Amino acid sequence: MNEPHNKVSISPVGENKPRIDAREKVTGAAIFADDLQFGSALLHARIKRSPHPHALIKKVDVSKARALPGVKAVVTGEDFPGYIGLYLQDRYIFCRDRVRYIGDPVAGVAAISEEIAHQAVELIEVEYEVLPPVLDPEFGASAQAPLLHPDLAKYVVANFIFPEGGTNISNHFKIRKGNVEEAWGQCAAVIERKYHVPHIQHVPIEPHVATARVDETGEITLWGSSQSPFAQRNLIAQSMGISQSKMRVIAPFVGGGFGCKAGVSMEALAVAIASQVKGRPVKLLLTREEEFYTAFVRQGLTAYFKIGCDEKGRLLAMENKFYWDGGAYTEYGVNITRASGYSSSGPYEVPNIKTDSYCVYTNHPVGGPMRGFGMPEMHAGLEQCIDELAHAIGMDAVEFRRRNCLKTGSVLVTGSQMHPTGLPQCIEKAAEAIGWGWKAAPSAPNKRRGKGLALMWKAPAMPPNAGSSAWVELAEDGSVSVGVGGQDIGQGVFTVAAQMAAAALGVPYESVRVATPVDTRYSPYEWQTVASRLTWSMGNAIVNAARDARQQILKTVSEAWEESPNDLDIVNGVVISFKTEREIPLKNLVIYGLPKPDGQGWRGGPVVGRGSFMPTYVTGLDAETGQGERAVVHYTTGAQAVELEIDLETGRIEILKGVSAFDVGKAINPELVKAQMEGGFVQGMSSALFESLQLRNGAVQNPSFVDYRIATAVDAPKDLQAYIIEVPQDDGPWGARGIGEHSMVPTIPAIANAIYDAVGVRLDGPPFTAEKVYLAMVDAGIIQ
Amino acid sequence: MTFHQINLTVNGEAEQVVVASNVTLMRMLRENLALTGVKNGCSAGECGACTVLMNGEPVNSCMVLAVECEGAEIITVEGLAKDHQLDPLQSALINEGGVQCGFCTPGVLMSARALLNRNPQPGEDQIREALVGNLCRCTGYTRIVEGIQAAAAISAAGGRP
Repeated sequence: MNEPHNKVSISPVGENKPRIDAREKVTGAAIFADDLQFGSALLHARIKRSPHPHALIKKVDVSKARALPGVKAVVTGEDFPGYIGLYLQDRYIFCRDRVRYIGDPVAGVAAISEEIAHQAVELIEVEYEVLPPVLDPEFGASAQAPLLHPDLAKYVVANFIFPEGGTNISNHFKIRKGNVEEAWGQCAAVIERKYHVPHIQHVPIEPHVATARVDETGEITLWGSSQSPFAQRNLIAQSMGISQSKMRVIAPFVGGGFGCKAGVSMEALAVAIASQVKGRPVKLLLTREEEFYTAFVRQGLTAYFKIGCDEKGRLLAMENKFYWDGGAYTEYGVNITRASGYSSSGPYEVPNIKTDSYCVYTNHPVGGPMRGFGMPEMHAGLEQCIDELAHAIGMDAVEFRRRNCLKTGSVLVTGSQMHPTGLPQCIEKAAEAIGWGWKAAPSAPNKRRGKGLALMWKAPAMPPNAGSSAWVELAEDGSVSVGVGGQDIGQGVFTVAAQMAAAALGVPYESVRVATPVDTRYSPYEWQTVASRLTWSMGNAIVNAARDARQQILKTVSEAWEESPNDLDIVNGVVISFKTEREIPLKNLVIYGLPKPDGQGWRGGPVVGRGSFMPTYVTGLDAETGQGERAVVHYTTGAQAVELEIDLETGRIEILKGVSAFDVGKAINPELVKAQMEGGFVQGMSSALFESLQLRNGAVQNPSFVDYRIATAVDAPKDLQAYIIEVPQDDGPWGARGIGEHSMVPTIPAIANAIYDAVGVRLDGPPFTAEKVYLAMVDAGIIQ
Repeated sequence: MTFHQINLTVNGEAEQVVVASNVTLMRMLRENLALTGVKNGCSAGECGACTVLMNGEPVNSCMVLAVECEGAEIITVEGLAKDHQLDPLQSALINEGGVQCGFCTPGVLMSARALLNRNPQPGEDQIREALVGNLCRCTGYTRIVEGIQAAAAISAAGGRP
């Protein structure tokens, strides 16, 4: 555990400090990317997009658009030959030869007004040769499907992703552990099910926006709403063929991300257009409609589960097949396939397991990272199977989970051992808080009540060597600036960063600020704000930077006082000696140092602490078996439980109560942790009850808030409870591990299990709309 | 395209603005008056991020044309605090943890201010109803509702209305 031991404990870690950014945000002063002012130099960009899910581009004629007064640049794929992508470089910035989804960018325009840019886009003429589309991942994986990426075998790819050239399978992840065929014979009960989880959208309230300017020397500045300024610097520079140091990304506050502002989605479009009109900032702001199908969406999933246990309820075997609907480009999505593979046992110890997880190209919108990174989709089916299996052998579903869930030292699906975990405590807390085993009477005769519970686990899914860095600087008055490259996307990580820096350095929380906005020219490197990894990874870097600053300060003072640094400490912004009880405040000495006696000069100088962190112990997994020593850094585990009521006359579900219990290792700021659990529960609930991108022949039918409904204040349960379990993480700051994404992972199956408990029906996938629930009840003969 | 000169009051100050006939109140506030606390979430009147008070009533400023605002009195989130003293709603939202990414926050605050102006002591159901037009993707709404309840309690105890 990375825990600095100050001798006198005055630490804001574990305290509910108010958000560092709250005042700016409630007064309207907080600056988001669309709020930046560029004056009259600003040009507005619009994108010409493919109307076909799959077609060859025969001809692009931009002459009329170029001739329109007020148009300053028109670009097409001809101008940008470089590939781009995070784990698999499978896309161009603008399409060059082929379009692969409705919305694929074909050309871009910059003009002096949005209206002129819009008119110019309408004047661009594109001739297509329409091709048959792939609209289903199982079909896409078959030999009959048309090939969407004939060059798949030639794409640059990370060494832990396994594309199958000559097919539409851009990653095939396998688990082969034990012997499932032998195990089925020993099972007292086996459940086999197929589930479908539809595409959904992240729906940040702030749409994607990027403004780019390329100066005469070719240096690029990009201002964007971004979870990944450093990844954008790297990927866009690579694709454009320039040095990373000539690409600068500035990222102000993010108005919600949930994954869709990670990696590169639309930002490269703005940069590409700006490169043709040097010196002028070019802004691309997605419309809400574009947001629904041209930014990342959550991949669809068709999942097959076969799970068996013995008569005592011990899980013996599991066989899974996942077909991920990766969409037109899977540069990011390939790793979702991998993550769901190495987590495919769910949070259980299963001796025999066989998993095939396929990432499949389709002509659907581009699948990408979304809060949970495949885990909500996978757990949706898995955790219902666990309930059904418990029922099949006549065991209580919570008792079944108690017996099979991962405990400290359990053998994982990848062959390694589970680190210390509080999952059993999470189960007990969730069951207790929901009143498991006890059913209240419904509120009306035409209603039925039910309770459901589900577990989850999730690891940060990232390259093995994703790194963080931080610096800590002090001003004349002893106040502290913390430099970070991670982003506050609402989760509160800047607040947590300040708390950790204050605690590790020995200064009051109130004297710490975080140096924002993140700017790749001045901020320290951070891989990306994804994977719920910042509190843990960036936190370690901050602790190391603060410790470095502290050592510099104590060295100066100990030399001046002729004392051992071991007898000194920094408490509340004052260096103190336990031995001599001398004291000196940090102010001035952290800049000017301390004078030597009798005018003999000075010692010390400006203090700058630096720290970095990178996990060095993550090993690879065998390509054929998925077995390896340590596949991931850690797993956060937890449980959710719901109580709901179903109206028999309408099928409408009301969530009465939602309970979350997660093992976060250590809550640096408990109220912020609980806020993540609450918000994640409601986002998960919204995906369970309402959300689905309605795709017909590749076209999204409901790209607006009227037709794509998300949970409102009246849908969210009034009774939301969150419980923190703390079993420390060995390499986390103060023992902390992540929580941001996990809170929406078990929500779909918890609700599905409660629906079954209430009325005895199961649906093949979310959303559990009133209509679907009503018809399922009719089919089951529960109502006429 | 025709241009119009509009006289109106924004956050207590008289303003005179020249705008094109197709410019919305949202764009005028953001682009002509630099009140970027008014957020653009959908430009279609569906998310509520651009909510302002127009003559005391909450409106989606993306659905109001600037030319409709002749003589109107507009309050935006920037006008809630007086002399650096936060509105009780702003303080309560901070204290109760009702802020995450902050993008829906200005609109939520304006809807809540309108609610408390017409009903100083709303029940939980009334608060949730008043927020139906303000989408929030981060908080799950609980802490926003608690913040509004706390602000109502402060106002009842003699705090600034």
